[in-house]
Amino acid sequence: MIKLNNIHKYYQTGEQSIHVLKGIDLHIKEGELVSIMGSSGSGKSTLLNILGVLDSHDAGHYHLAGQEIKHLKERHAAHLRNALIGFVFQSFNLLPFKNALENVALPLYYQKMGRKERNRRAAQYLEMVGLSDRAGHMPNQLSGGQKQRVAIARALVTQPKVILADEPTGALDSQTTAEVMEVLKHFHGLGNTIVIVTHEQDIANQTQRQIHLRDGLIDTADAAMTPEVVV
Amino acid sequence: MTLIDTEKWREILTTLGQHKLRTSLTAFGVFWGIFMLSVLLGAAKGLENGVMDGFPKVPNGVWVWSGSETQIPYKGMAIGRRVTLRPEDVNDIANNVDSVGFVQGLNSVGIWNGSPPYTVHEDKNGTFFVQGSHEGMALMHSLEVTSGRYLNLIDMDERRKVAVIGSRVKEQLFTDDDQVIGADITINGISFQVIGTFRSLSQGNSTQEEEKIFIPNATLRYAFNQVGWLGSFMLIPKEGVDAAVVEREVKEFLYEKNKIHPDDVGVLGSFNLQQEFDKINGLFLGITFFSWLVAIGTIMAGAIGVGNIMLIVVKERTREIGLRKALGATPASIVIMIVQEAVLITAVAGYLGLVAGVMILELVSAAVEASGGNDMFQRPGVDFSTAVVAVVVLVVSGVLAALLPATKAAKVNPIVALQDE
Repeated sequence: MIKLNNIHKYYQTGEQSIHVLKGIDLHIKEGELVSIMGSSGSGKSTLLNILGVLDSHDAGHYHLAGQEIKHLKERHAAHLRNALIGFVFQSFNLLPFKNALENVALPLYYQKMGRKERNRRAAQYLEMVGLSDRAGHMPNQLSGGQKQRVAIARALVTQPKVILADEPTGALDSQTTAEVMEVLKHFHGLGNTIVIVTHEQDIANQTQRQIHLRDGLIDTADAAMTPEVVV
Repeated sequence: MTLIDTEKWREILTTLGQHKLRTSLTAFGVFWGIFMLSVLLGAAKGLENGVMDGFPKVPNGVWVWSGSETQIPYKGMAIGRRVTLRPEDVNDIANNVDSVGFVQGLNSVGIWNGSPPYTVHEDKNGTFFVQGSHEGMALMHSLEVTSGRYLNLIDMDERRKVAVIGSRVKEQLFTDDDQVIGADITINGISFQVIGTFRSLSQGNSTQEEEKIFIPNATLRYAFNQVGWLGSFMLIPKEGVDAAVVEREVKEFLYEKNKIHPDDVGVLGSFNLQQEFDKINGLFLGITFFSWLVAIGTIMAGAIGVGNIMLIVVKERTREIGLRKALGATPASIVIMIVQEAVLITAVAGYLGLVAGVMILELVSAAVEASGGNDMFQRPGVDFSTAVVAVVVLVVSGVLAALLPATKAAKVNPIVALQDE
């Protein structure tokens, strides 16, 4: 599903060029639930941006769902994100002036889908995250956990190839964290490929595979570890 | 992604509604621009109407008449000769001077010399000017037939004794109960049948004009002893020819025909209004141009205000725009979103400005009317095409105003936008 070969990324800051990713090789198979861990500055955000087609890599090859991602025009990148990737963010990023249903339907709007069909699909996914009764609520009327579940429904509504979750539980308490993880695992059980970026070992332990980043490289020693070993 | 996307519009309205003060202040700039435009243009129109009403309805008419005696001997002719205009000159001019589109000879009684003839209807009477005229010349005399008809060709050919009388003539000679059309009046003892009444369209001296009686020119000449000569010529240039050219060419022709020395000015008098008319026209063209300049400047200032606010809006909504892009919004769809918002503000505000401006003009117009009219200011108003142009200017300025902020929005980097604060 995701294939990274020797990915390099540099950031230009003034005169200096910072080498952020120093040759990442990574293969994530369809249906996997993977976590990416690493301290700040390890390059995990950069890696996530590249995986999410939000940023481009400078060297190496990135294949997503069989397509090589390279030198994309913004418009094309937008279409790819819409069709292949579902994002879940730490701070939910729901539009405050749209209700839950409309928030879930938003990616379908950019597929130019008709309003009726949009709302039907959105309602279906809201039901899957257990929020059918909150469809008409505005984001500020929802709890943190509910907001994140709405965001997950929004990520899934386009039936993307990959879900990229950036610290999905970072803003939640342990109770709701468990709720949200249940939802993610449930969708994983339905065959979705999910990549979770986190710094919480507790979360990482619930995934099938942990990828540790250190100084722009994958820490191979850790990569071999299974969750059981870590615990 | 059509224009008629209720969700999109509702979204725009919601965002605008969240910042009522800001939105309304922004909108006011545009409102004021369009308000100024309509009031300025309307006032200019009122002034123009006021001044233009003072001109004859056919402003490019040329008049030629017999003037003073000759003062320079020429081709064996002595000085002191008075040249009169002759009935056969009409055809000669029509056949020989190419620039002339229309020519007729006119005679009158009591207007240039002598006293107005004594006119009687039953036991009422008065003295009124009598003016000869021809078929189709009503507008050239700046008059409008209010009942009956104007003179026609048969009246001319048969030298009928028929009369079209002014409204003040009618008031003096007839009671309210009298049948006017078809009645007989007697002018200097000669009986005429009234075939129509008219009101004057000219500004300022309409009272005097409405005290006239129009009869067929040939009838006048035969009835009032002017058979051998014409008082004046009324000429209208061909389409696209300047009145001054006709005036010069006709006079040259008549000078040649009557053996008058070319330098002997004043033997034939002449007059045309076109030069004055063109001057006034130019003046109002200038005023209109100036009004547009001022108003478009104001609209631009308003539009720049809109652009400014949109920049702030984009800044505020960076996160939202980033999210939309992450979810698959193309740069084009972001541009459209921002432009639509700006166009909505400008269009609504501009429309309100137009409505307010037209309302003010209507009020002023009504007030002018109520105070009995004013020679210099009549019927201010904005015509439809002007309104359409104003709306186009508006929408274009709205789009221009939004373009910079919109491209800025399209360039928002979703990575930066979605980072946690």
